[in-house]
Amino acid sequence: MANEALLAFVLRLADDHLILGHRLSEWCGHAPMLEEDLAMPNMALDLIGQARALYQYAAEIEGKGRTEDDFAYLRRERDYTNCLMVERANGDFAHTMLRQLYFAAFMEPMWDAIAKSNDATLAGIAEKAVKEVAYHIRHAGEWVIRLGDGTEESAVRMQQAVEDLAPYIDELFDGDEVTAAMAEAGIAPEPASLRAEFDRTVATIFAEAFLDMPAAPFAQRGGRTGRHGEAMGFLLADLQYMQRTYPGAVW
Amino acid sequence: MYSQGLIGAKTETTEDESFLAAFQARIDAEEKIEPNDPMPVGYRRTLIRQIGQHAHSEIVGMLPEGNWITRAPSLKRKAALLAKVQDEGGHGLYLYSAAETLGVSREQMTEELLSGKAKYSSIFNYPTQTWADIGAIGWLVDGAAIMNQIPLCRCSYGPYARAMIRVCKEESFHQRQGYEIMMTLARGTPDQKELAQDALNRWWWPSLMMFGPHDGDSQHGDQSMAWKIKRFTNDELRQQFVDSTVPQAQYLGLTLPDPDLKWNDERGHYDFGAIDWDEFWRVVKGGGTMNKERIAARKKAWDDGEWVREAVLAHGEKRKARREAAKMAAE
Ligand SMILES: [Fe+2]
Ligand SMILES: [Fe+2]
Repeated sequence: MANEALLAFVLRLADDHLILGHRLSEWCGHAPMLEEDLAMPNMALDLIGQARALYQYAAEIEGKGRTEDDFAYLRRERDYTNCLMVERANGDFAHTMLRQLYFAAFMEPMWDAIAKSNDATLAGIAEKAVKEVAYHIRHAGEWVIRLGDGTEESAVRMQQAVEDLAPYIDELFDGDEVTAAMAEAGIAPEPASLRAEFDRTVATIFAEAFLDMPAAPFAQRGGRTGRHGEAMGFLLADLQYMQRTYPGAVW
Repeated sequence: MYSQGLIGAKTETTEDESFLAAFQARIDAEEKIEPNDPMPVGYRRTLIRQIGQHAHSEIVGMLPEGNWITRAPSLKRKAALLAKVQDEGGHGLYLYSAAETLGVSREQMTEELLSGKAKYSSIFNYPTQTWADIGAIGWLVDGAAIMNQIPLCRCSYGPYARAMIRVCKEESFHQRQGYEIMMTLARGTPDQKELAQDALNRWWWPSLMMFGPHDGDSQHGDQSMAWKIKRFTNDELRQQFVDSTVPQAQYLGLTLPDPDLKWNDERGHYDFGAIDWDEFWRVVKGGGTMNKERIAARKKAWDDGEWVREAVLAHGEKRKARREAAKMAAE
């Protein structure tokens, strides 16, 4: 069970990072300004890099000869356990940046804790990721502030993004037997324990951006057990296209 | 990605002879011309045109390859492609900055691109149909770009030359990466080899066209050469490209789609078949498969981003006003 829980945990993290990196990479060449055509791929590259390190570790834990690409490309939708927030379509730039902020604000304390993990491999991945995620918070946070406190239109769009994403926050902090096993073994914290810091990070930025957190929404969940939204199948169709079309080829 | 043989710049200039002679003497002495130096109007105009076209090519060039980022076949390839397309955006940024030193703004240049007034390299009006196109573009298109750009590192205009030095390092990395993709395909399954050959068949001739019209047909070449904006003619660069690419294709075990291609001992170069200039001009003038889509995609990004750019300005103003108010209150 210990190994199974570790594998499940590592795959959740890996899937979160792959799927969000994939979504972010969709912006490449289509950003509102050239500077963002450089900044968004930077963040996407960080996320994909983290996903690769995590999938490689998953392959090692599982010990069945699968590779990072087998995990990334050759599972079925139900087998992906990313949270729902990261798979949602990009929407506008406000929606994309707010999603980035939320995910980074969730991951920052997570990586911080994992950097001191009993699991040396994860601690090593976290050490690098900590610096990257701090940049993501800064970059996305600055955008949330600029847009929230920009023009009338940008403020409306930002507030709309806040409302659209609100139902997907709680799932980030859900616990189950996997997270409990990780906490027990001193590998990773219970996500719920990160909520206060997430709220603080977001509240500081929202105060500067003149944004309000909406009242308790109907939380959406299911990603951690592989029950995804309608966008996920299309994302996977894109992602897996080559691997499914040419089974067994090496690229 | 790179500059195409310049199309349609006017090089005529109006200064008196002693001014032009003094300028030419600096050029001949291989002095770099810097933004605040006096320069002929035609020199400035030619550079604005060329650097602008070059910058636009980098930016539009992000689209055909960007088309495969979400479908890249492995995580390693996905990351490499994303980084490559990002590099091209970076090249665009240095080049717009170099052009801005001549007195045009990025907004102005962008508007000229979107209105169709400014050109970009026609190669990007061809579609990327398969993953192998990512290999072929890196190998051939970035390869041709390097041929064009290495001499530009010695261009008489300082900011352009310096931008090119930085860009060339990255382009040669792109070229090796593209070649390595082709190698993987050429050594892969029969399906993969077929993808590689098909991509080569489609990208070879357009790559040769990247060097622009034959020397005899390009009106502005001589003045650009005299001003040392250009160091080699279109045909010289094209020949260099063919000579260095043919052995690379042979090593891959792929066939170049040109029955007339053969080594000429006497010339010490490869002879190659006639380029279809009708196709070249058709694509330059808007008749390529993707001309409309490329500009539409750039226009959509620009229009959809307008509210974001406005918000940046508005937020900057608000911050400034608040800072000033705080200063007043403190006094
Ligand atoms: Fe480039
Ligand atoms: Fe390039």
